[in-house]
Amino acid sequence: MTEGATKKFMFVNRTAPYGSVYALESLEVVLISAAFDQDVSLVFLDDGVYQLKKGQQTKGIETKNFSPAYRALADYDVEKLYVEQASLAARGLSAADLIVDVTVLTSRELGALMDEQDVVLSF
Amino acid sequence: MLHIVNKSPLERNALAACLRIAGGGTILLIEDAVYAAARGTAVEPQVREALGRFRIVALQPDLDARALGDRVIEGVTTVDYAGFVDLVAEHRNCQSWL
Repeated sequence: MTEGATKKFMFVNRTAPYGSVYALESLEVVLISAAFDQDVSLVFLDDGVYQLKKGQQTKGIETKNFSPAYRALADYDVEKLYVEQASLAARGLSAADLIVDVTVLTSRELGALMDEQDVVLSF
Repeated sequence: MLHIVNKSPLERNALAACLRIAGGGTILLIEDAVYAAARGTAVEPQVREALGRFRIVALQPDLDARALGDRVIEGVTTVDYAGFVDLVAEHRNCQSWL
């Protein structure tokens, strides 16, 4: 195995947080890939943008609120977070509604970024 | 880039998201996404328009299973499982729109 080989990994998140296990599973895989010093990008589009909505209160559904973990990603050197503008707009949201700082991109800017990746994983 | 879609475009937005985000490349329709390859659906106009910037391919066994083999939109090509593997091998990267 090549020593120090870094690949560009993109995690594409398109599902809302608590209706299925995808969002939480994605977060776990992101943390694993960060531990291997890869170039990690996270993308949130469609209902995936709801993962980052501020103010999640999960006590009533007896489920762990994992949204604070997105704020901890920077501690693992995961700092490339991208959100699609059209997905925010379709849900009446803006970057100010999100729990972390993100880069808001147009649909095609996101597509171009996706083209550059070595590995794309979808959740 | 190879974009693989496996959900019906009439039930889910996976194909719509792919068409909105991706600028070009190849789209491979498998499983319930092969309904997008059929003539006469509500999404046919979007698929025909997408043929201008994508190569669109449908998996023949999935078309056959759904009795769609005789109504594939002109310009959409088909592959068997070996062709699926070839498509993956000939593209540098791929994205699965789940």
